[in-house]
Amino acid sequence: MATETFPESLKTLPQAPVSEPDFLHITKGWKSWAFTLDHKRIGMMYLFGILFSLILGGTFALLLRTELWAPGKTIVGADTYNQFFTLHGAIMVFLVIIPGIPAALGNIIMPIQLGAPDVAFPRLNLASFYLWCSGALLLVLTIPFGGLDTGWTLYTPYSLETKTAVMVATSGVFLLGFSSIFTGLNFLVTIHKFRPQGMGWFQLPLNIWAIYGTAIMQVLATPVLGITVLLLTVERFGHIGIFDPTLGGDPVLFQHFFWFYSHPAVYIMIIPGMGVVSELVSTYARKPIFGYRFIAYSSLSLALLSFLVWGHHMFVSGQSRLANMVFSALTFTVGIPSAIKVFNWVATLYKADIRLKTGMIYALSFILLFTIGGLTGLFLGILSVDVHLHDTYFVVAHFHYVMMGSTLVAFLGALHHWWPKFTGRMYNEKVGQTCGLGVFFGFNITFLPQFVMGARGMPRRYWDYDPQYQIFHQISTIGAFILGISIFITVISLISSLWTGKKAARNPWGGSSLEWQAPTPPTLYNFEKPPVVHELYNYDDLVEVAEDRWERLSDAPELQEAKKEAH
Amino acid sequence: MKRVLPILIVLVVASVASGQPVVTGGSNASSNTVAPPAGPETSPPGLPQSGSATGSNAPATAAALGSAAGSGAGSAAAGPKAKAWYDVLADKPIEEEGTFFMPRAVNRVADESDLMFYSVLALSIFFFAAIAICTVYFVIKYRHRPGHKAEPSAAHNDTLEITWTVIPTLICVFLFWYGWQSYIRVVTPPQKAVEIDVLAWRWNWQFTHQNGVTDSDLHVPAGVPVRLVMTSKDVIHSFYAPAMRVKQDVLPRRFTYAWFDATKPGTYRLTCAEYCGTSHAQMACLATDETGHCTRRAVVVVHKDLAEYKKYLDDKLADQMKLPPVELGALLYEKKGCNQCHTVDGSPKVGPSWKQPDWGKMITMDDGQQVKMDENYVKESILVPTAKARPGFQKGAMPSFEGQLKDNELAGLIAYIKSLKQ
Repeated sequence: MATETFPESLKTLPQAPVSEPDFLHITKGWKSWAFTLDHKRIGMMYLFGILFSLILGGTFALLLRTELWAPGKTIVGADTYNQFFTLHGAIMVFLVIIPGIPAALGNIIMPIQLGAPDVAFPRLNLASFYLWCSGALLLVLTIPFGGLDTGWTLYTPYSLETKTAVMVATSGVFLLGFSSIFTGLNFLVTIHKFRPQGMGWFQLPLNIWAIYGTAIMQVLATPVLGITVLLLTVERFGHIGIFDPTLGGDPVLFQHFFWFYSHPAVYIMIIPGMGVVSELVSTYARKPIFGYRFIAYSSLSLALLSFLVWGHHMFVSGQSRLANMVFSALTFTVGIPSAIKVFNWVATLYKADIRLKTGMIYALSFILLFTIGGLTGLFLGILSVDVHLHDTYFVVAHFHYVMMGSTLVAFLGALHHWWPKFTGRMYNEKVGQTCGLGVFFGFNITFLPQFVMGARGMPRRYWDYDPQYQIFHQISTIGAFILGISIFITVISLISSLWTGKKAARNPWGGSSLEWQAPTPPTLYNFEKPPVVHELYNYDDLVEVAEDRWERLSDAPELQEAKKEAH
Repeated sequence: MKRVLPILIVLVVASVASGQPVVTGGSNASSNTVAPPAGPETSPPGLPQSGSATGSNAPATAAALGSAAGSGAGSAAAGPKAKAWYDVLADKPIEEEGTFFMPRAVNRVADESDLMFYSVLALSIFFFAAIAICTVYFVIKYRHRPGHKAEPSAAHNDTLEITWTVIPTLICVFLFWYGWQSYIRVVTPPQKAVEIDVLAWRWNWQFTHQNGVTDSDLHVPAGVPVRLVMTSKDVIHSFYAPAMRVKQDVLPRRFTYAWFDATKPGTYRLTCAEYCGTSHAQMACLATDETGHCTRRAVVVVHKDLAEYKKYLDDKLADQMKLPPVELGALLYEKKGCNQCHTVDGSPKVGPSWKQPDWGKMITMDDGQQVKMDENYVKESILVPTAKARPGFQKGAMPSFEGQLKDNELAGLIAYIKSLKQ
């Protein structure tokens, strides 16, 4: 610190000379939230809904991990266990990971980062939130209506025959799909039309590139999900013969429909994670992101390629060998942009000035966990190896590394990074860092043993198992509890910071993108005066004038005076 | 030899009928198959050592048959009978030796995919270590501390970026190509193969051999390619034998195929890999302990050669024909998976218990209809389960067994249920 030189006046530069109240306090009462059109309030409502769903889905995860402590019955029978993993999967995928970064954090941060006053269609935004709520409610209502035991994949013909509440769940998924489509559409238009002067496509932060790629997929892929669950619903009560083999239908057709959405959905989940990690790595490393253009293009190329690989979920379903060959080849093409992104993030750390704030701990965890998730994807892309590993715990571990180890970890990192901006409060850094490490280690303890179990032939969705796997299951269960407790403490710590946290500065991390120019918390239309577009990811002008408070050197009164005089 | 001949004829006829050539075995089996290493530990207990490998096994077969038939006849009075030699083999502990990562492959064509697995494992560990070491090293070396600042460095570097694009691309092309090549070998059965029909339902496997023998354990010969023709009665299942590296979904109203060429005699795990409901984890479970853990599930039994496999076909067929009806019913109760949904102690499960004190009396159906509980009712319940349903039980939960039970088997099941009424 001692060697850093900056004008003393920066330290006393008045904080947030804001003439209007911030968005949290501008209006009061529940109606001002329930009928709000403000993207930040809608985003915050999403966020709390998602955090609640995360705890609910996590509870099911811990319940099923507890059941797997020993072979045979530990706490529940097979039917209840089947409902646990189904609800865990459905809640985590549809209610947490898919809307996590785009709908919650994207809603709050993306328009500000873009320098826009709001999204393009605020009413549509509110409508999509209420669709999400209705869908979430229906999904949770399956529990009193007889549960759901189909797995989140709803494979036919099982889902046509089971007596559990499939129709309630499919109606919920249908509504959630529309919520996702509306959000995607809204963001596409916003990014195209609401960029301020001077912000070309290649001045967009990578987070926005990622949200843009995600929005394309949401708009193009999600209708297929809607059609699929609609056909499933119609088939279930109308017995038409679409998927039901006894009526001449084709159950594998359902798998094609389902994965035509759900594979792009994997990228709907992971690409926003890559976007926020690019922001986090650059900001906390105080260095421009390495290979900006490549990361931007790769978000788009992944978005497009993700439509062409759905068949790799069906290598052993009876699909033709030619189809298997084509899908295997296309699957490897997805691996390459993902690998290069990892190299870019690591290269950004070279000769950097790395600050291990909570956000950075999550970002570094993301890089390592995503690397494992990506590398284990290679095993599954190789046709002959996939035959052995398909539908085993190896697959379970692989997609948890991608969906949870990467997306959810990125979500938690992003949450810490932007929390001070939209709440106006600093979270507890020590708790954040400790829990971040807890998540990293807990996650690995949970899922590394599952790779071994899977390779040894332990199929997924098993209530009972061979005793040789018990030690792996027990390690996994211990890890799951470390993970669960870390996330639970994180959520509690964040929420309690709303009352106990110290007030946050405008720019607590020295970010260079536009949201850090807005007041903390932002005003109703985000900026008091039009934001100045600075060079992206250039941190030379930013100095830390006090703990968690950064200012632009060029904003120092002395320099401003000098400038005026020069004119 | 005399006993083997009719089966050979059956095999050949069946192969002509199905359009698929079958390996001809018997005395020339050793000449066209790979003989497994036949140490003393690989020879199954209960099987006369001399009678299995060569063609001169007629006396031994007769002895085994005699004992099976004899004990079968005497068992009604003398309590539990001795298990047949092939069931003793199936009860043996599962072969689990292998590396830390995988059980040893016992399929002749699986070595290549295992080699791919370990190569990618090495590659993954190398790349992960490289990335993790760089990350940790950079974080330590360039961590923020007083006086430390980020140094300017290139924001992109074409040479570096092209290098790390081309290398993963080449690796991916290589992995795809060899994965595809070895996959083709794993899924293409040779012309000559023993064919076995596989029928799956909730929650059982039924393997039908060419002479009509059915079993829930899959018995196959070592050193001879085995081709499975698979279909399902209800939902999607998946045939998965980890040691064979074989996995293939089993679909309703459609046939799928799998094949393997077992290299080592022994008992191997057999699981269902596609989620199929309540007992998905316990497909074809023959015994459970008090926690509900399945202690004996259906397995793949690899016989040491074609001759022993044929002896299995032979003896099993004889045993299936000769059992007294009640015992045949009791055997089928397990082997056809009836035990997955029905108990014999009076407690309800997915379906009603087979122990029915109301035998011969009128019982009420869920639609109020009065039906007499007798042989006709039981027969209808087995063949057309959707016709009637008892109150509290789901109609249509049970698959039909129409065409899957021989007359004596149906009679055996009815006799067994009847015998439980007390």
